[in-house]
Amino acid sequence: MSRPALPALNIADLQSLLRRREVSPREVLDALQARIEDIDPKVEAYLSIDFEAAAREAEKVDVDLPLGGVPIAIKDIINVEGQPCTCASKILRNYRAPYDATVIRKLRAAGAIPFGKTNMDEFAMGSSTENSRVKLTRNPWDLSRVPGGSSGGSAAAVAADAAFGGLGTDTGGSIRQPAALSGIVGVKPTYGRVSRFGVVAFASSLDQVGPLTKTVRDAALIMTAIAGHDPQDSTSLNEPVPDYVAMLNSNGNLKGVRLGLPKEYMVEGIDPQVKAAVDAAVKQLQSLGAEIIDVSLPHTDYGIAVYYFLATAEASANLARFDGVRYGHRAENPKDLLDHYGRTRDEGFGAEVKRRIILGTYVLSSGYYDAYYLRAQKVRELIRQDFAKAFEKADAIVSPTSPVPAFKLGERTADPLQMYLADIFTNTGNLAGICGISVLCGFAKSASRTDSSRGEIDNKQLPIGLQLLGKALDEARILQIAHAYEQSTDWHKARPPLAKIEN
Amino acid sequence: MADPSDLDVAYVAKLARLNLTGEETCLFQKQLSDVLKYAAKLREVDVSRVEAAAHAIPVFNVFREDEPRDWFTAEQALSNAPHKANNLFIVTKVVE
Repeated sequence: MSRPALPALNIADLQSLLRRREVSPREVLDALQARIEDIDPKVEAYLSIDFEAAAREAEKVDVDLPLGGVPIAIKDIINVEGQPCTCASKILRNYRAPYDATVIRKLRAAGAIPFGKTNMDEFAMGSSTENSRVKLTRNPWDLSRVPGGSSGGSAAAVAADAAFGGLGTDTGGSIRQPAALSGIVGVKPTYGRVSRFGVVAFASSLDQVGPLTKTVRDAALIMTAIAGHDPQDSTSLNEPVPDYVAMLNSNGNLKGVRLGLPKEYMVEGIDPQVKAAVDAAVKQLQSLGAEIIDVSLPHTDYGIAVYYFLATAEASANLARFDGVRYGHRAENPKDLLDHYGRTRDEGFGAEVKRRIILGTYVLSSGYYDAYYLRAQKVRELIRQDFAKAFEKADAIVSPTSPVPAFKLGERTADPLQMYLADIFTNTGNLAGICGISVLCGFAKSASRTDSSRGEIDNKQLPIGLQLLGKALDEARILQIAHAYEQSTDWHKARPPLAKIEN
Repeated sequence: MADPSDLDVAYVAKLARLNLTGEETCLFQKQLSDVLKYAAKLREVDVSRVEAAAHAIPVFNVFREDEPRDWFTAEQALSNAPHKANNLFIVTKVVE
């Protein structure tokens, strides 16, 4: 009997083959390597791969562990011992991680093999992966478009069947938005659910690590492996971790589940095809038994402004450590210490990182702290209260993940504010510290003229993401709802034309 | 109340120990003024009775035993140093 080529499998299906000893971890790795060598020259999702180290691990891994023998792609902001960790920045070009982040230690304990590092916006600052200082990653559904960001490399790799699953980080939407634009599943856990130890810090009160996968079940598998308290991260929550996979409801019934629809989310500028797909998804959830109720999140419109003051303030402090002394790039022959710092950082950082350091330094500076930073912290509290009130009535909140499908490479790079608005539905979730998931809910048709001289119209399907936001520590619930929705549709079976594997 | 026109990118860049070219300074001045104008909407919000929230889920008093444990060796700590000698980081001269 024929089965799909190995790289086309999701983690759960791959794992059952491994457990039945129908394939070996080494065969899986070899098949993945061949796939990456075939497809990654087009997608450019990876920054570095160490197949030799991965092969050594594959020889000794226990396939009966929850993720035994499954290779996982890692965003290049997470330290994997002995591997580069560049954050797609020149300032860390030659850096090699001397230790494993806690999430990597946990993945290894579950039998997973972290084999490669994926592209991203420099220091996770961006929504398209175009701020990488190494290369451009392309959307597997349309190579002329962005994969989303900042975890665009992990998202594109998974969407192109060049990874079984990946880890990303989400500070304002950087897991959910690329998952939506690349047509896969992405989870932003509750703040403190997953350890940040060993993850290069961008905005410490917002950053969380989470999975990017082909299915909701796979996301639950990775969440179960990486969540939990870590004494090395004082913000990590000391709460038990449920088995998120066992808690997925297999009968797909959503009876008794109350889903809140915030009226503020149907904003101007939302793509009509995105709105139509999300409306249809809401009807589908209703047909599964969910009750749809109106909720209000009145401070939604302030989210972007609050986010860009707080995230840049925290970034300006966190990135002060890149001083060219203990690691990273150092400018040649500085004439004094100020010259050393100023040139090291000028040469090391790209435009978006510099812009955010300037804004963050400004909002924290004497005379402006109260007007910008402190006021933003107060409005953040109002946003948190909005969600608390909404969750008194609703078990989860439904919205689009992104107001638009994948945009063209270069389309938004000249206007940072336009790029910031890409996070309008996602970043309030980070500000409130709650959890969220994006799941594929349909496609937009793009009719872009690829060759104007011949007037050819190139019809591409662009994925649309549905976002479910849940209460703090209520990951199990949003995974259940997303799983029920996913299993009642065929969206997750669609593959980008590029990714089709001939058997 | 602060005004978007107060932003002086060249001055803030000095505070941030970040050299910028004249071109970058001009570009950021315009782009960040746009961001500040957009963010001026925060002035509409009545925050007079709101306590600032630094964290969404506050965790207080996280202590651990003050016990020695194994961590990096000097060699590991120096493994990424741009300039090192005799098990030490070599830095740019700080005092004359």
